[in-house]
This record gives sequence, C-alpha cells and structure tokens, in this order.
Amino acid sequence: MKARTRFVLAIIVLGLLMTGPFLVTAVLIWVSAEPAEQTLLNDLIGPRLPLGALMTIMGFAMGVAVVRNLFRQYVKGLLRMAEQQHLMLGANREFRIEEKGPPEVRDLVRSTNALAQQRDDLLRDVEAQITEAKRSVEEEKNRLAALMSELTQSVVVCNLDGRILLYNSRARQQFKALSDAPSVAGGGELIGLGRSIYAVFDRNLVAHALETIQHKLRAATDQPVATFITTGRAGQLLRVQMSPVMSAVLEPSSVQREAEPERELTGFILMLDNITRNFENESRRDQMLHVLTEGNRASLANVRAAAEMLDYPDLEDALRQRFRNVIKDEVKSMSERLDETANSFADALKARWPLEEMLGADLIAAAQRRIEARLKVPTKIEDMDESLWVKVDSFSLLQALLYLVNRLSDEFEVREVRFRLTSAGRLVHLDLIWQGQAMSTETVMSWELEAMSFDGESSPLTVRDVVERHGGEIWLEREKVRHRAFFRILLPAANPQEQVDAALLSRGESRPEYYDFDLFKWSEKSHALDDRLLTELTYTVFDTETTGLNPSQGDEIIQIGATRIVNGKMLRQESFEQLIDPQRKLNPESIPIHGIQPEMLLGQPTIDKVLPAFHAFAQDTVLIAHNAAFDMRFLQLKEKRTGLVFDQPVLDTLLLSAVLHPNQESHRLDAVAERLNLHIVGRHTALGDAIVTAEIYIKMIPMLAEKGIRTLRQAREAAEQSYYARIKY
Amino acid sequence: MGNKILIADDEQNIVISLEFLMKREGFDVSIAVDGEEAIERIRSEMPDLVLLDVMMPKKSGFEVCQEIKSDPALKSVRILMLTAKGRDTEVAKGLALGADAYMTKPFSTKELVERVRSMLAAD
Repeated sequence: MKARTRFVLAIIVLGLLMTGPFLVTAVLIWVSAEPAEQTLLNDLIGPRLPLGALMTIMGFAMGVAVVRNLFRQYVKGLLRMAEQQHLMLGANREFRIEEKGPPEVRDLVRSTNALAQQRDDLLRDVEAQITEAKRSVEEEKNRLAALMSELTQSVVVCNLDGRILLYNSRARQQFKALSDAPSVAGGGELIGLGRSIYAVFDRNLVAHALETIQHKLRAATDQPVATFITTGRAGQLLRVQMSPVMSAVLEPSSVQREAEPERELTGFILMLDNITRNFENESRRDQMLHVLTEGNRASLANVRAAAEMLDYPDLEDALRQRFRNVIKDEVKSMSERLDETANSFADALKARWPLEEMLGADLIAAAQRRIEARLKVPTKIEDMDESLWVKVDSFSLLQALLYLVNRLSDEFEVREVRFRLTSAGRLVHLDLIWQGQAMSTETVMSWELEAMSFDGESSPLTVRDVVERHGGEIWLEREKVRHRAFFRILLPAANPQEQVDAALLSRGESRPEYYDFDLFKWSEKSHALDDRLLTELTYTVFDTETTGLNPSQGDEIIQIGATRIVNGKMLRQESFEQLIDPQRKLNPESIPIHGIQPEMLLGQPTIDKVLPAFHAFAQDTVLIAHNAAFDMRFLQLKEKRTGLVFDQPVLDTLLLSAVLHPNQESHRLDAVAERLNLHIVGRHTALGDAIVTAEIYIKMIPMLAEKGIRTLRQAREAAEQSYYARIKY
Repeated sequence: MGNKILIADDEQNIVISLEFLMKREGFDVSIAVDGEEAIERIRSEMPDLVLLDVMMPKKSGFEVCQEIKSDPALKSVRILMLTAKGRDTEVAKGLALGADAYMTKPFSTKELVERVRSMLAAD
C-alpha cells in the first residue's frame, strides 16, 4: 500500500472516529424517546446543531493537522532516508544523510551514517591492502624476471603438454646454439612462448624424466628432480635438470590442514647446461690418466718379467742378451708413449657418461613396468637387495633391458623374465634371467653390438655402448642344471641417499611462490583446433615478398617475414625475417614495390634452406596472412621440392575484413589498417607487413566476436562465405 | 713333472720371459699368438694349464675362456688369465666366465710361478 493511500485511509478513520460515536448515541436516544420527548429534543438541540457541527469540524481539522505532521516527519522522513541510503550504497559512497526531523529519526540517521563511515573505512583498508599486495606481487615478478635474466643457467618452464611458458635469455642463446639453422631464424624456431619443447628434446626422454619425478613425488623423496643428459641436434651434450611445478595449495582452512591437500603436477622447469666443453675436457684428462696408468701395464709387465729373469744365475748369454733387449725395447716404447701423451691427449677415450644415483628397486620397478606394458612379457623378481643404490643412466639402461627382453621374446620365445639385483662390493649385479635354452656366444655378441631397436623405437646406441657408459660389463651365464640362463650386467653401486622426511620440505615455505603467472591454465585443451576460441590460439602471421605475381610462371619468394601471436598478444621479439636468393633475375618493375635491390640478395640462403626453418617456426600454429591465398600458393608450389607441407589452418585478414565490413570497397592492407585506426610503420617489408597484419587481426578478434564468430571453425566458414572467397589466384 | 703349459699371448716380449720361466720349472711349453690358435692348440694338445692373455687378435681371452669352459671334454684344462687392464669389472667377468685364476699385469714372476704350481697341484 502506498504511503499516500495509507494517509488518506488514516484521515477517513479519524473522521469516522470523531463523528461516529456522537451520531450513534443521537440515533439511539432518538429511537428510545417518546414522541413528546422527541419533539422536546428537536426543539432543544435543533437550533444548537450548527455549533456542535462547527466544534466537530474544528476538532477534525486539528486531528488531520496532527496526523499529517506525524506522517511527514516519520513516514516521509524514513522514505527519504531509505532513498539516501540507496545512494550511499551505490552511486555516491561519500554521501551522508542530513540530520532532520524528530529525535528518533535523528538517532536513526546518526547510526546509519556511523555504519556508512565504518563501511568506508573498511573498504579503504581493503583497497589499500589489495594495492599493497598487487605491488608486492609485481615486485616479486620483476625480481623473478631479473633473477631469471641474470642466471647463467638457462631456465625453461613448460606445462605438462611440453609447451614453453617461460624462458630466459640464456635459454634462448643456448637454443640458438642447438639450432641447425642458426643464421636463419636465430633459434626462434626452437624456443618461444607456446612452442613445444619436444622440438628440442625427445618426447620419450622427457616422459621418462617426468615419470621419474612422479615416482619420487609418490615416494616423498626430498628432492623430486630428475637429471638427464642428451645430445642436441648439432651434437652438443646437454645436462638437463627437471624439477616439478606443483599446483598451488589454496588457503587451507584449519579443517583441511589435517587432510593434507593433494598437490598436482602442473608443469616442469628445465635447467639446461651445455656440458659439451666440460665433458670434452674431462674426457681428455681421463684419457691422459688412462694412457699413463693402464697403458703402461703391459710394458711394465714385460720389463718386470724380463728383469726378474736376469736374476737367474743359470742364464745362457744369448738368452740374457734377449732379456736385456726386451727391457731396452719396452723402456723405449714407454718413453715414447709418455712423450706422446704429454704432447697430445690422444684420441677420445670411451667416455664416462655422467650418471644419476637411484634406488636399485626403483630401477627394477621401472623396468618391470615398461616390459609388461610395452612387450607384454610378464616379469618377476627373483632376489632383490632393497637397500642397493646404483649409479645409472636410467633412460639408456632401460632401453637396453627392453631391447634384450624384446629379442629374447621374439627370437627365443621367452615367455617370462626375472630380475635379480645383488650387491658385489662396489658393484651391483643386475641379472636378467629366463627359462630355456641359451643362445650361442656369437648371438650374444651380435645382440650386444647391434644398434638397439624395438617396437618402433630405435636408438643409435648398442647394448655395449650403454654398458660402457656405466663403466660396467655384460655377459651371458648358463645355469645348465636349472635349464636356464641369464645376462649379468655389472653396474656401479652408489652410496645410499638419506631419505629425509619430505613432509618438512613440501609444506611450501621453502619454495617462493610465483604461481600467479596464470600461465599454467594455458593448457592444450584439444588437438582439434577447429573448436578452439580465436582468443586462445597461437598464430604465425606472415607475409612474403616475391619477384612477381605468378608463381606458376617461375616467380619466386625473395623475403619471408613473420611474427607470432600468443594469448592475444603479438610477440615482436619472436619474429622471423629472412631474405632469400631467388636464383633468378629480379623484375625491375617489382623493385619499387618491395624495395629489395638485387645486390641485397647476393649470398642469401636459397629457399631450400629457409623454408625448413620457417616451417619449424610455424609449427603447431594457425597461419595468418593478408590475402593468404597468394602467399600459400607460393609455399605450396615448393612442397614437392622441399617435402615440407604447410597443412595447418589458414586465416585470411582480407576475407575477415570482408566479413566485418561487407559494404566497403577496398580490403587492401592499407585500407583495412586505416579503417581500424592503426598507424603503419615500415610497410612493404615482409616483416613490416606481417606486423601490420597481426595488429589488424588482434583488433578484429573482438569485432568478430560481436558477430558471433568465436571459434576457428566459425571464422573459417564466415570467410569462405564472403564474396571474396570466390576469387581464385 | 711333465705338465703341459700353453702360453697364449701376442706380445713377444712377455712370451720370451714366460717361456723361459715355465721351461725352467720343467714344464712342457707351447705357444699361441692369437685366440684362434690358442683354441686349436688347447684342443689338440690338451695342456694342463693355459696362461691366457685377454687382449689378443682374432679372439679375445674372454671368448677363448668361455669356449673352453663350455666344452666338457676340456674340463681338465686350467686357465690362468693375464690382463693389462686393472678394472675389477674385467676380473669379475673373467672369473664368471670360468677362469680359474686371474693376474693383473705387471705381476711378480715369482708369484706367477707359485700360482701355476698351486693350480696344477690342486688336480
């Protein structure tokens, strides 16, 4: 009920209350009176009636005045206050209600204002805290960035899909050295945000390291890190240490603290160390040591034996002379060897491979898992010393075991293998046992010396290489009585590591928290790019300059420029720019268009060299170009010659412009840029145009979304429907 | 005594000493200069003991050892391996493959003779 209606009602009730009782009393008296009395009453009251009515009206008027006043002060006043409170809640936080009206209302106003003040103070405090927190986070980020860039070690952070989320400049340099086309893309085809680390490292190797880490996490080891050594494409030796990135634990409430929240592995950090040089130096030192010690054993033996022979008194002169000659001869050759070693450390010795220490039981467990999963050969443990630690390169050693079991099962129909791990002083015996016949020594030899390959996996290493990496030995032994045989592999033992209580360390205090980078949410959701949002795809935006417009008539690419868009941001520092020798004359008319003089192309690489680098640069991304059909045609004509297929999805900013502004006349790059209010710098170089195209595309994404075009599929379909799609080049 | 000894080593400079030493002890000595010859001579001459060098052309001492020990007919042949490598992994391998004794170069000729004597006496 509205306030006004209630007011009117109150007035009516007041009127009734003032007149009602009097009228009812009058009627009752009138009815109960005799006719004579009625006349008397009539005469007595009739002339005084106007006075009574006047008094009533006056009383009524006073009553109305009182009610109206009360209404104004309380009801209306409260209503006004409510409105002002709304104002304070929303539009104007600073507003305060004016103190007006009766004391009760004033009281209410005062307490409301006090509440508002308290709220404002609180809000200001919270805001101040947020600002402070933001500032410290920002500071922390900067500190981390500074730290990362100062680090002499290269650091790369990846999510579980192997996508690079973060890297430092040192890592970039290192990857540049790993690239086999360093002059072309500067390693940019290997490292970049969102790129796959598997372009550099073998997927199995990384998976193996991750598995090791996960195993260590489950076993609550104090340092859940894995180390592996790998060789780069150009033969460098890299030591890689992998540590896990765990999901942050959300503010544990006091109740949850008891339950020990599960932390998930969300990514990993790789620390790379190029140890090629160290390793070479070390092996040269080893080599020298070896030559000077082991190398002299034989000669020394000859000398010693001959010298001892000279002591026999019954020696004939001729024989005595021969022993003397032996001594002279050997001493001379030892001197020569010494000189030779001092001059040069001689050829490379079979190098000691850097090994990791692990619990023997873990190694066997890993071998069992693999053999059962990949070869479907059941395994058993015959005897195992649980306390043994070994020093191994677990990746290659497991490969070797898998390879041996694979051959056993393929060629000798072995249906089950058993493991035995026993201690032998500073060595450990790892035995691979099977029931059945033993093969000949020649077969064992050939197994040892052939490059390992099985189940689609192949390695350049042989079993012998692997064993030698460990400084070990391998041989076949037969147990004729039990009708079985085993391979015994000698491995170096390691000192047991202390199993520190991991709970103390994993609480999180020991590790700085840099999890607010938001990068880990950025996981590959699906490999079907079609249904992915345009905002979350990774793009390579490129442009080419060519000798002319007709690739089929021999026109060639003379420049490729490209940049990348990751997470809706253009990464200028990860761009690609390369001039190309077209191996034909430039058409003089084209020179003003691209501004490339013939002499600029002298000594530049040919397309055969550049396209592989560009192909790698554009891997796993969506291609974007303005008038893409033209550029794609040039790339496609090279497919046969280079064997490189550009089969990733392609978007064309020209077609997208036609989708957005179907009624505009021109969709040339300049016209589109102008329409989108973009300033053009450095146009008509391939990279310049690629950057403009990228800027255009970034502006287009929200405009396309307004038209309901959000996924790659929708964008492609819309482009196909647009008028320009029908033009063939 | 007339025990037959085969010296299998390709290094002439040690063979001279070993040959003299063994002959002086009164053994019947024959010589092989590579792994294949060693196996042939062992089969044809049935020596009581072989001084077997690990590093030999054609067949290594390990291979010779394994072949001899896997042939029951040659069971009585004792093998004393000589190696110019001091690694204990090699010692372990040699013994595992059936060598009866193992000596690392350089060795004392006196000890060698004692070792040979004791191995033959163990028959």
